[in-house]
Amino acid sequence: MIHVRGLTRSFGAVEAVRGVDIDVSKGEIVGFVGPNGAGKTTTLRMLTTLLRPASGTATVAGRDLFADPAGVRRRIGYVAQGGTVGPFSEVGEELVLQARLYGLSRTEARERVAGLLEELDLAGCEKRPAGQLSGGQKRRVDIAMGLLHRPELLFLDEPTTGLDPQSRTNLWGHVRRLREESGMTVFLTTHYLEEADALCDRILIIDHGRIVASGTPSELKAVHDAGTLDEVFLAVTGHELREGAAA
Amino acid sequence: MTALAALTGYYLRTSFTNKFAIVFGAVQPLFYLVIFGPLFSRSGVGSWDTLVPGLLVQLGLMSSGLVGFGIVFDQRFGVLERLRVTPTARSTLLFGRVLKDSAVLLVQAAGIIVLGYAFGMRAGPVGVLLGLLLITVLSIGMAALSYAVALTIRMELFAPVMSTLVIPLMLLSGALLPMSLAPTWLDVVSRFTPFRYAVEALRALFAGSYTSPTVLWGVLVTLVFVAAGFTIGTKVYQRENT
Ligand SMILES: Nc1ncnc2c1ncn2[C@@H]1O[C@H](COP(=O)(O)OP(=O)(O)O)[C@@H](O)[C@H]1O
Ligand SMILES: [Mg+2]
Repeated sequence: MIHVRGLTRSFGAVEAVRGVDIDVSKGEIVGFVGPNGAGKTTTLRMLTTLLRPASGTATVAGRDLFADPAGVRRRIGYVAQGGTVGPFSEVGEELVLQARLYGLSRTEARERVAGLLEELDLAGCEKRPAGQLSGGQKRRVDIAMGLLHRPELLFLDEPTTGLDPQSRTNLWGHVRRLREESGMTVFLTTHYLEEADALCDRILIIDHGRIVASGTPSELKAVHDAGTLDEVFLAVTGHELREGAAA
Repeated sequence: MTALAALTGYYLRTSFTNKFAIVFGAVQPLFYLVIFGPLFSRSGVGSWDTLVPGLLVQLGLMSSGLVGFGIVFDQRFGVLERLRVTPTARSTLLFGRVLKDSAVLLVQAAGIIVLGYAFGMRAGPVGVLLGLLLITVLSIGMAALSYAVALTIRMELFAPVMSTLVIPLMLLSGALLPMSLAPTWLDVVSRFTPFRYAVEALRALFAGSYTSPTVLWGVLVTLVFVAAGFTIGTKVYQRENT
């Protein structure tokens, strides 16, 4: 579903991503884990056609990222770290617009939005401005934005950052259900190792723009003779995940 | 096509629910009309038919020229990125916005013209309608450029930079006092701004000379301006936002 080799990208003198290889198969939930500033968002924005890589090759959802960015866009959903809706905008109206930009007719868009709001426990939020929703509700609206066109592959950038523990586990449930019901592939970033452990089939650890370890949570723990992913992280990077992180 | 219709409809709905903002966007030319107009029309420099065309170009600068401010919020809240990740062409994303802006401008311009008639403007309906068309087309270029600037300079600079920049552009266009009164150097400088040609063409249209060279020049300059503005706007819209 994702095949990436040697992806790089700098911002001025900052080498944000320095040669990343990624392989994700259909139906996997893969966690992209690393501290703030590791290069997670930059990688995701490259894979979703929003940023041009400086070098590398990439196939995303079966389409070449460089040759057919529009084809990639049609097949993926992307939920950015910073949210998707302004505080004064009505949730339903924004979702219907988004659906229509994915090519749904007005009627299809309305039906799809109503269905998704129901599925994501957001029924009744349609007419409300996003600014009035709880953190968890707002994040689920963001996720709905990425699901309108039933993508094969969903990118979620820090979907649970800033949520309370209960909203986080609730959101994990939704992500698992998406995979179970539609076979969707999910590539998500997080800087919570326990989240990666609980939710993801496989984990890629990124630090300073490079992938330093990858495997299933149990493989990683076994290889590094560690009880938790925090210990794995310390072993492969030489520092704690939260160290110096502004999160 | 469905995307463009959806976008334009969406932007129109969100704009026209805020009627205050529509009036407020035209507040400067309205002030000039009501407070400066009565003086101007008795000054011997020109009539209401000279002033109203100028105020329409002023409106274009103040209303469409400052629309970029709205996109600053879209960028901050992630709306822009969410739109950009859809398969809808980026030129369509821009065009949907700009169509809304020119519709808003059309409504504001119509308001000013109606008030102008109330004060004593005499221009014939054909000239006025052609003038409205010209100013609406001009506003497409202005709005596109405004978005380009907003997406290029630092967010917090947009409002101060643009609201300052539009003042000399407006004065140089001869919108308030015709450039025929200007000393040579000012006259020369003003010929380098596209808005002067629009003002003069509008005045000619309001005076009933639909095919004068002034009108042709105004139309030509406006079309070039719109083409350039939209091309630049699309380029900037397509560029990744880092
Ligand atoms: N638009 C940008 N302009 C300049 N530097 C950036 C930009 N985006 C990211 N960076 C830098 O690139 C590095 C990686 O950032 P990012 O990919 O956002 O990390 P993460 O998502 O893992 O926290 C950081 O040093 C960050 O400051
Ligand atoms: Mg990030």
